[in-house]
Amino acid sequence: MRPAENTTARRAAPDPGTDADPGTDAGTDPGAATDGSVARPKWARPPVLVAGLVVVVAALALMVLASIALGARSVPFSTVIDAFLAPDGSNDHTVIRELRVPRTLLGLGVGATLGLAGALMQSLTRNPLADPGLLGVNEGAALGVTLALGLFGLTDPAVYVWFAFGGAALAAVMVYGLAASGRSGSGPVRLTLAGVALGMVATALSSAILRMDQQTFDRMRFWLTGSLAGQTSDVLVRLAPFMVAGLVLGLSLARPLNALALGDDAGRALGVSIGRTRALTGVAVTLLCGAATAAAGPLWFVGLIVPHAVRALVGPDQRWVLPYSALAAPVLLLGADVVGRLIARPGEVQVGIVWAVIGAPIFILLARRRRVAAL
Amino acid sequence: MNVRVGPCSIRLAPRALIVGVCLILVAFAVTVAALSTGELAVPAADIVRALFGEGTPVAELIVSKLRAPRVVTGLMVGAAFGLSGAIFQSLTRNPLGSPDFIGFTAGASTGGILVVIAGGSAMAIAGGALAGCVLTAALVYGLAFRGGVQGYRLVLVGIGANALLLAVNSYLLTRANINDAATAGAWLTGSLGGRGWEHAIPVGLALAVLVPVCAALSRPMRMLEMGDDAAKAMGIRVEPVRAVAIAAGVLLSGVATAAAGPVIFVALAAPQLARRLTRSPGVTMGASALMGAVLLTGADLAAQRLLAPTQLPVGVLTAAIGGTYLALLLRKDRH
Repeated sequence: MRPAENTTARRAAPDPGTDADPGTDAGTDPGAATDGSVARPKWARPPVLVAGLVVVVAALALMVLASIALGARSVPFSTVIDAFLAPDGSNDHTVIRELRVPRTLLGLGVGATLGLAGALMQSLTRNPLADPGLLGVNEGAALGVTLALGLFGLTDPAVYVWFAFGGAALAAVMVYGLAASGRSGSGPVRLTLAGVALGMVATALSSAILRMDQQTFDRMRFWLTGSLAGQTSDVLVRLAPFMVAGLVLGLSLARPLNALALGDDAGRALGVSIGRTRALTGVAVTLLCGAATAAAGPLWFVGLIVPHAVRALVGPDQRWVLPYSALAAPVLLLGADVVGRLIARPGEVQVGIVWAVIGAPIFILLARRRRVAAL
Repeated sequence: MNVRVGPCSIRLAPRALIVGVCLILVAFAVTVAALSTGELAVPAADIVRALFGEGTPVAELIVSKLRAPRVVTGLMVGAAFGLSGAIFQSLTRNPLGSPDFIGFTAGASTGGILVVIAGGSAMAIAGGALAGCVLTAALVYGLAFRGGVQGYRLVLVGIGANALLLAVNSYLLTRANINDAATAGAWLTGSLGGRGWEHAIPVGLALAVLVPVCAALSRPMRMLEMGDDAAKAMGIRVEPVRAVAIAAGVLLSGVATAAAGPVIFVALAAPQLARRLTRSPGVTMGASALMGAVLLTGADLAAQRLLAPTQLPVGVLTAAIGGTYLALLLRKDRH
């Protein structure tokens, strides 16, 4: 499956079969742009991959249990099970049913959406450093939510999530345009810088709006760092349809994205509509990031690291990368949330902070690698 | 245009000179406006008298104790940010590669917040910010070093460090007691409010030392923009020049952040606007510094007067300017 030789230099297709050498020309090296697309490991055959998926689901189930059981006041697993089978209205059971379960489900949804959004963005932009938080999409969504809550006083999640969608879509379009403008095209560094810059504008405006109203500021200050705490199950119920829609749409794009990975011309030759795939991916990313940010604030790095790790394990095929990312990300997000709850008892560290502390060093490691850095 | 005075000859670009003079005039106009308007208007003629201690006591208090230090701090901090941005954009050869994004201002904030929590004085906060900035820069430079530092790797490592430090900052803010959090929060948005001469003097000293260094760096840095190999061929010692440039840029942004908090986007926009105005092909130190001074004092003036009596932090205004600038960049380069 080699790309046609006549593809333009800019859109030259990466060859998923070889470990491409780093190019030296600015911003256009396809080998750098598909950093994660290493050769598929020999053992990554469908039966093994299905088994792996089962393992990931099992890990997720364990993490869900841990997230319900552990916290400022940890309860034994038997009590957790009792709380569902035979709720007796005791303190532990109430905490589990009213606080821990909604929070865990929220983490599950946010993790899955951000993991999938990151994988989609990396595939669409052919940029190994794409991440909903890093590229400013989550911050755009957060600005939308802040506007809705702070200025217009809208408190229904199903209403303000539309502001999040608007902000996310605007940020995505701006970042992509900003990075693609200029001669060198949207190389990873350019895209990342444009995203960070835009994210900073959005964050500054959000905090300015919040600062005008002390009450909203107190309520939103933790949300703005990224937190799973303090959201009621109502938020989850109102946002779940959007998350599910985004997940379904995103997962259904695996095949056309695989074709696009070969380059625009090769993709077209394989019968994929380039514009439609891009637009649908954009819609999916907007839905996923908007809903996730409305629920948990702007989180960084979740969508960056998980797809990287996944690609290293299962190879470049999006049909595996996307579901693996969607299932593995909540394991890690819930894990980070549990860690944040345990290290600062009786208080807690917001999951956004825990993630940044874990994620930033990994990002630096990725950036130091020659193949990403060789633009 | 070459100007020859005895044995010395200076190359002057007429357009850069005109732009420079215009920027100085604008800076002067902003200064006068900032000194004379406000809750108590002081006519321009009385400003001079007040500054020299011959005005009415009220005018004297307002002009020389309240407004003048604020304007002077703004001018100098803006110039420092402009210079620092020019250095880093030139080094990274990227218009977005300014110290706000590669963790230096965030590192300065971390240092500042730590001192706020420890209960230090304004001077100690400034020192903490400077130390934080220098440490962050050393860390980023060290991590990005792989047989020489290349611009893009510095930028990416810096972005990672920035994210990490922002998280640390929010963690510190949530752990701090509510009063410290409020103090640190106000400083974090970037503000020139309540600046006295004690804030202006360190920036002035730093500028006095570093402006000549920047002037000397201007030429070798233009060579560096052509690529390391070309610069080497021209007889530039690449790594030493780069190290000195980074040191100067870090100190400038550290000192500026210490005085005014992390005001974002001045360092980003000033060198770019200067470059466009002067139509210079390379880094323009002088015009960047002047542009930074104009931008910051102008934004501060607007922040004070736009929603008067509500005082916005100047960081909010510069962020709005930065956003507009990014959008323009987007529109302009599309064609």
